[in-house]
Formats: sequence, C-alpha cells, structure tokens
Amino acid sequence: MSPSNPQPSQVPTGSQPSQAQAGSLAGVGPQTGSTTSGTATGWPLWEVFVRSSRGLSHVHAGSLHAPDAAMALRNARDLYTRRNEGVSIWVVPADAIAASDPDSKGSFFESPQGKDYRHATYYVKSEGVKHL
Amino acid sequence: MIPTGSQPSQAQAGSLAGVGPSTGSQPSQAQAGSLAGVGPSTGSQPSQAQAGSLAGVGPASATRITPGNALRPEDIALEVQRGEAKPSEDVGEYALRLGDDALILAQRLGHWISRAPELEEDVALGNIALDQLGHARSLLTYAGAAWGKTEDELAYFRREPEFRSAHLFEQPNGDFAVTIVRQFIVSYYQYELYRRLTASTDATVAAIAAKAVKEVDYHRDHSAQWVLRLALGTDESRSRLLAGLRLLWPYVGELFEDDALTARLGDAAVAPSSMRADFDRLTNEVLTEAEIDVPDVPSALGGGRRGQHSEHLGYILAEMQVLAREYPGASW
Repeated sequence: MSPSNPQPSQVPTGSQPSQAQAGSLAGVGPQTGSTTSGTATGWPLWEVFVRSSRGLSHVHAGSLHAPDAAMALRNARDLYTRRNEGVSIWVVPADAIAASDPDSKGSFFESPQGKDYRHATYYVKSEGVKHL
Repeated sequence: MIPTGSQPSQAQAGSLAGVGPSTGSQPSQAQAGSLAGVGPSTGSQPSQAQAGSLAGVGPASATRITPGNALRPEDIALEVQRGEAKPSEDVGEYALRLGDDALILAQRLGHWISRAPELEEDVALGNIALDQLGHARSLLTYAGAAWGKTEDELAYFRREPEFRSAHLFEQPNGDFAVTIVRQFIVSYYQYELYRRLTASTDATVAAIAAKAVKEVDYHRDHSAQWVLRLALGTDESRSRLLAGLRLLWPYVGELFEDDALTARLGDAAVAPSSMRADFDRLTNEVLTEAEIDVPDVPSALGGGRRGQHSEHLGYILAEMQVLAREYPGASW
C-alpha cells in the first residue's frame, strides 16, 4: 500500500502470483488476528485505480489487500478517497495485470529513439496544401 | 442558516490553517477557498486562521485532493457564538444523548488503531471512528449551547452519571466479530435515526443529521459485508459472530425506548420506538442472507439515558479525560 505512489507504471511485475491464489475467504477468520505473520495473511493483492473527476481517466493510485473484490472496493474507498480524491474506483487483482519486464527496458523502449520520422513534426508541409 | 450546500463559512475563513498531511494537491484546489479545519482541528474558532498562504501545495499527485464542503463543528460553534443557534434545554439534552453515543463509540473504535486484523481494516475502523467523532463534536457543540458549555467541556469535564449514552456503545471491543456486531447494530440504528432527523423541526439538528446519514450509510454497508463474511466464512468465524450477536443483542432494546423527553420534543426529535420496525426488517435481511436467526435473548436493563451506566464507561472516561483533566487547557 503506497498512497502516494506517483508512478502508474509500477504495477507488480508478476512476482506475486501466489498471493492472489489464496482467493477465497480463507484467512478472514480468527487466524488473521494472529500477529505472527505480519501482512502475509493470505489476502490477495489488488491494484486500485481512481477517477478524480468526470471526463478524466482512472489513474493508478496504489494497491491494497482484501479478501474479495467487494471488500477491495470498500478498502480502496477508505484508503484512497479519504480526501475527496475520487468519483469512481476500479480494483483489479494484481495477478491479472501483465507487466513489462524492467530488465528489458532497452529492447522494449529505446527502439523508437532516433526514429524521428514517426513524429508528425519530422515532415515539412508540402506546398499548396491547405487546412494543415 | 446552516451552510449545508454552499460554502459561505469556508470562504470567510480564508485561510489554510490546519491543513494536515494532505499535500500533493493541485492548483485547482486553491479555488475551494479555504482548507480550514482539514487536519487535527481542535474545536477552535476562525481566530486561529493564520495568514492565508498556500502552505502544503506540493507536486501534482495522481489524484486530485480537495477538502469538499460540508457542515463542520466549527461552523456550528460560530453560529452558537453569534447567538444564531440556541437550543432549548430539551433539544440540548437530546443532542447530548446522540453526541455521547457517538463519542463513546469513537473512543472504543479508536482502540483498534494498529490492532485490526489487517492494515486495511485498521484504516476502515479508524475512518468510522473519525466519522463518529465528527458527529459527536457537532452534536456536543450544539448541546453545549443550551448551557453555555463548549464541546470540550462536555466531553472532558463531565462525570460518569452525567453521560447519556446507551449501554451498547460502551460495550468492550471483544474480538473482531464482537466489534463488527456492535457496529452492525449501531449503524442500522443510527441510519434510521439520522434519516428521520433530517426532517427535524430544529434546523441545526436536521443539518447535522443530513451530514451524518451519508457516513452512517457507509458504516452500515461495511458492517453488513463483514457480518456476511464472518457468518459464511469458516466454522470459527461463524461461531465467533454468533457469540457476538448473543452477547450484544440484549442492548438493542434500550435504543428504541421512548421517554418523557422524546415525547416532549415531538417533531424536533424522533420517537425511538417508531424506528424499531425498520431496524428489525433491515437487520433481518442481512441476518437471513447470513443464515442466522435473530438471537432470542432477554433485554438488558439499560438506563444509559438517565446516566446509569455499566462498569465499562468509567474506564473509558478515565482514559479519554485524563489528559484534559491533568493539564486543563492543554493544546498542541
């Protein structure tokens, strides 16, 4: 849970599939009351997206643990809209998000560099063309 | 007279005094005029307004943060100060009852901070506690106006027999299931209460109720969700929930007892007994879905509205009041 995580791209990188498998209500009972296991109580991880106002898109706000989607929405409401931040919330199971591998940044994201011709500004306006 | 919809009082405060840790705001929030009262505001007046600097405007965050506008205890204190809101002693006594309910419950729920089963639930219970504290502050501020007392004087300098809360609110937290059952009963009761009080002939009571009912509606939802999950979860969670219901259901009756005060107040208040049918119907809907029968238990003695409390309240007050009594007027 990181309320001020500014980087929407910091979605879990597929390293915690096991958390989401717990899935069911296992762990809701008193065994969660034990303080021995810290956060590892079996509740799956959810990613939270908040729409701050009508017309804007949902933005990744952070993540949280919840036993199911209904409770994840409510926890998201409590954690991420305390200060009037939102008008709509999405929650997504963290393991449902496939994320790019940070280690392959070069092959993934550096290829477009230098390919100026992919930008409109690369081209000069042809003579006689109107309405451009 | 009460600023329910617009924000005249916020605009006049014209300061950002009391902005809590909620920074990361965007320029657009500046137009809201004032953030006075956001953060740990202490029942103080606009006199605390420091220079209207935009303290706390930081880098843009992923989500926009605004204070919104709603009735705040400070607004009521201001009206009381100006002599615009002056309850009769009967209305004051009635507001005291509701305010004490909320105050004692807030104190109880606050104990869960750092102790809940999960961090997320910790925050959820803390949110509910703060909602209740907000209601208590508004109601006690207004009640105090009947006797020239402030919310702090009422909260910190009354003795146990002077408190008017019902017994349910002072019941110990128990395990998580007991806390959820207490919240379940309270939320369904308070929702019926505040929903009706929005039509109170007393404008201030109606305005406080209008703010509170939306928050209590969420408390209902939160506790009902947990009743269902505990009841239909594991054998252990179900047996704990059932034990909680048997433990606390005896305190339901007191919430719906009419007395001379509620009769005298008429349409300024709500006759408690008139809410029982809706309370029974709606709680029963949840319990039926949870495959639980309403506990068949005798009613507890009650007497909280007359200042007769169980042994629990004294300990709550000792903890809640010790600082204010040890260091009168302390602030930080």
